Amino acid sequence: MTAHQPSVKATKIAGGVHTDQRHDSAHKHVTGEAIYIDDMPEPRGTLHGCLGLSTVAHGKMVKIDLAAVRTAPGVVDVLTAKDVPGVNDISPTGRHDEPVLAEGVVQFYGQPIFCVIAQTREQARRACKLAKIEYEELPFVVDIGGLDVEKDKLVTPNLTLTRGDAAEAIRKAPRRLKGQVRNGGQDHFYLEGQISMAVPGEDGDVTIYCSTQHPSEVQHMVGHALGVPSHAVTIEIRRMGGGFGGKETQGNQFAALAAIAAKKLGRAVKIRPDRDDDMTATGKRHDFLIDYEIGFDDEGNILGVEFTYGARCGFSSDLSGPVTDRALFHCDNAYFYPAVKAVSAPFYTNTVSNTAFRGFGGPQGMIGAERIIDEVAFATGKDPLEIRRKNFYGTTDRNVTPYHQTVEDNIIHRIFDELEQSADYDGRRREIRAFNNNSRFIKRGLAITPVKFGISFTATHYNQAGALVHVYTDGSVHLNHGGTEMGQGLNTKVAQVVAEEFQIDIDQVKITATTTGKVPNTSATAASSGADLNGMAAQDGARQIKARLIDFAAEKWNVEKDQVVFLPNRVRIGNQEIPFGELIKLAYFARIQLSAAGFYKTPKIHWDRAKGQGRPFYYYAYGAACAEVSVDVLTGEYMVERVDILHETGRSLNKALDLGQIEGAFIQGMGWLTTEELWWDAKGRLRTFAPSTYKIPLASDRPKIFNVTLADWSENRENTVYKSKAVGEPPFMLGMAVYHALTDAVASVADHKLHPQLDAPATPERVLMAIERLKAAR
Amino acid sequence: MAKKVPLQITLNGEERAEFVESGSTLLTALRDRFDDTSPKGGCNQGTCGACTVIIDGELRLACLTLAEMCDGASVQTTSGMAKGGVLHPLQRAFMEGFAAQCGFCTPGMIMAAKALLDRVPNPSRDEVIEALAGNICRCTGYEPIINAVLEAARANSHNAA
Ligand code: FES
Ligand code: FES
Repeated sequence: MTAHQPSVKATKIAGGVHTDQRHDSAHKHVTGEAIYIDDMPEPRGTLHGCLGLSTVAHGKMVKIDLAAVRTAPGVVDVLTAKDVPGVNDISPTGRHDEPVLAEGVVQFYGQPIFCVIAQTREQARRACKLAKIEYEELPFVVDIGGLDVEKDKLVTPNLTLTRGDAAEAIRKAPRRLKGQVRNGGQDHFYLEGQISMAVPGEDGDVTIYCSTQHPSEVQHMVGHALGVPSHAVTIEIRRMGGGFGGKETQGNQFAALAAIAAKKLGRAVKIRPDRDDDMTATGKRHDFLIDYEIGFDDEGNILGVEFTYGARCGFSSDLSGPVTDRALFHCDNAYFYPAVKAVSAPFYTNTVSNTAFRGFGGPQGMIGAERIIDEVAFATGKDPLEIRRKNFYGTTDRNVTPYHQTVEDNIIHRIFDELEQSADYDGRRREIRAFNNNSRFIKRGLAITPVKFGISFTATHYNQAGALVHVYTDGSVHLNHGGTEMGQGLNTKVAQVVAEEFQIDIDQVKITATTTGKVPNTSATAASSGADLNGMAAQDGARQIKARLIDFAAEKWNVEKDQVVFLPNRVRIGNQEIPFGELIKLAYFARIQLSAAGFYKTPKIHWDRAKGQGRPFYYYAYGAACAEVSVDVLTGEYMVERVDILHETGRSLNKALDLGQIEGAFIQGMGWLTTEELWWDAKGRLRTFAPSTYKIPLASDRPKIFNVTLADWSENRENTVYKSKAVGEPPFMLGMAVYHALTDAVASVADHKLHPQLDAPATPERVLMAIERLKAAR
Repeated sequence: MAKKVPLQITLNGEERAEFVESGSTLLTALRDRFDDTSPKGGCNQGTCGACTVIIDGELRLACLTLAEMCDGASVQTTSGMAKGGVLHPLQRAFMEGFAAQCGFCTPGMIMAAKALLDRVPNPSRDEVIEALAGNICRCTGYEPIINAVLEAARANSHNAA
């Protein structure tokens, strides 16, 4: 390849911030040259692992006979719990409740018990089937319906948020009602499944190529399971084929087993579970059962609310503590509750341990908020839009959340007003009413729902990041940071920031694989925080080097520091301009350090969980969606006719990437609330473990009309990287508009007099049942 | 070890022969024996489309196709689409249109789109949606993919004119 010569006459660099720079791997994605872990050349003699899974939901293992497995063709070894040299635990929050391989008891159907290592993947898979395990079955809990937060087993201590006296406010309110809403879980279905390849090195070291959003945690877990210090374990990830939260903790098990086998056998070991096993044995979004009681007045003003958020957490805590906390943090969505009490109930169940998934409990929290709005609207006979607007947070008053953080950056009113206009809500509401009056079997529904999503990890210590910036003597830059690339374009955004700082074209900045050897002690690329944290850390690194260059130039040319200005691909020093690369060369000869470790920690945030008070979030991201659906009342089938979205990402670093996140997140959110249904049978077996039974939205399921707009007037009032805002998770919850439009369409069969009590996912069956209920009751 | 059988195919215009394990899928053969990792294994059970290739002009899922049955066939994959370093219009449109996020579905999507454009050079939006409806993308929400296919069709007809 010929080196690109940066233009020193340019008025603007190529690929700075606030430009539509395309994904740094786009040219490789489209040629198939982008390398995912399974595409890497395998070291000589690489072995393959396959997990043996339990076949009961809860039971003592009374006999484990693996003789036939061990002698099956190609089998080299079979690992069981006793082969774990360190601690048989990969609980990410240190609660010691999640073994690498089950020992003595199994606690869900599909729990890994042993791991076959064979010459080929096929041989490992076949050998797995030969195991004979006898169980003494124990009682088990699959569903959370009927569980009680006071009496039943929780996987982690629960949280209570209170502001004011909710019970008293409800008691005194002119009107009251109670109810319950259920929402389902969701499988991530990252297109690239879980995968780890461990390569043994010298001195007992091991390098693991792992599809993970959290390399540092994998490093710690593997070290823990191997019984070696962290310095003996290196984790590397160039790119994932999707993550969505499913690779925040769920890669730990595969990485640990690959590493254990690689060290034991002295050969590279790769584990890439089958899709069925991946869907059976790895965690998903938590499903929730939300109980609510509301006090309100005839105008639809909410006066007091009580919520209990019960969650199916599975057999171990994993991230269920922070997930259920975040659900409570979003039980208000964009609404002010004068008095509120919200309690989480992270229930133990004999199912796979649920985990992070885009939104991290926030979406489930908002389901409660939007449900009570709908309930109040039906009870008072008003349009839900009116009730939403009436109860929005204020800007100067009515702006304190259930966790006592003041909402300082509220822009939901403007977003809502603009969307209502551009989507012509009023006009279409009238049209739909007329349509429904004249249509017997097809009914239309319309809804507009807001999103206010808190940005920051609620575990305050996670809000830190590091980056490594090297400038080579030719002026090209090598960039590394602690974030991981899963398709969201994080590397591109961080490179844009560095290009902007140095004022060099983006092709002078090389982004490299994330590795624990370069940036240590990183946080998960999660909570939408990737660009916020790593962008700032990289900016800090670049600024350190820039400051040294400015000092150097000021001294050498004998000018004031403010006479040294970085222009596109060049630097003006006093009256002369020299190319960036020239300055770097001179600086090198003058022995100026051209490498820096950048660091960032989010300011202002703090959180006291015991008190339920603080400022867990640095800022909020806002958006709204308006959806129209048509429903066949004879079958419950439906179509999404039109969706309009207005969403903000502050002063966007890259609008094209942000739009892609918004569209993708919306469709995923819509899938969660409509067709994606996880279903366990009476034995506790997940029966929807493949896309043939678990319906993920396809191209043909998209809204027929889909208008997505970024609010270009928005700017983060906090000092984030170039005033941008996070984008990964907030737009996921825009999918709620479709769910509420379905509720609206269903309600039309009883003239909007009764609330349809439609649970999620609103599959055609559930829609039909809701219609039948309303028809019977009207 | 399973029996090895010879497999001769024309892969992206080039005649190739390798021994593959009897009973293995074309996806495994392409990736492990022919060193073409552009078709991806998303589910290995015919439900996601990540492994989509074109065999003798027909769209096929490589994970459901027995390698042995392809003996003598002509197989096209995404890695063979760029000619002399010049991207195929579909690749260009996908790249410029932000149609790949994680990129794992992309080679399969491009194959599905190519099979469509080979048959229907100027498809309608609905025809594009129909042609892509067997391929899951978990990242993009499909909008940029559909637009990229339409854009490539426009670019094609422009070049032909
Ligand atoms: S890998 Fe072939 S369809 Fe999914
Ligand atoms: S781009 Fe990730 S699955 Fe399509």
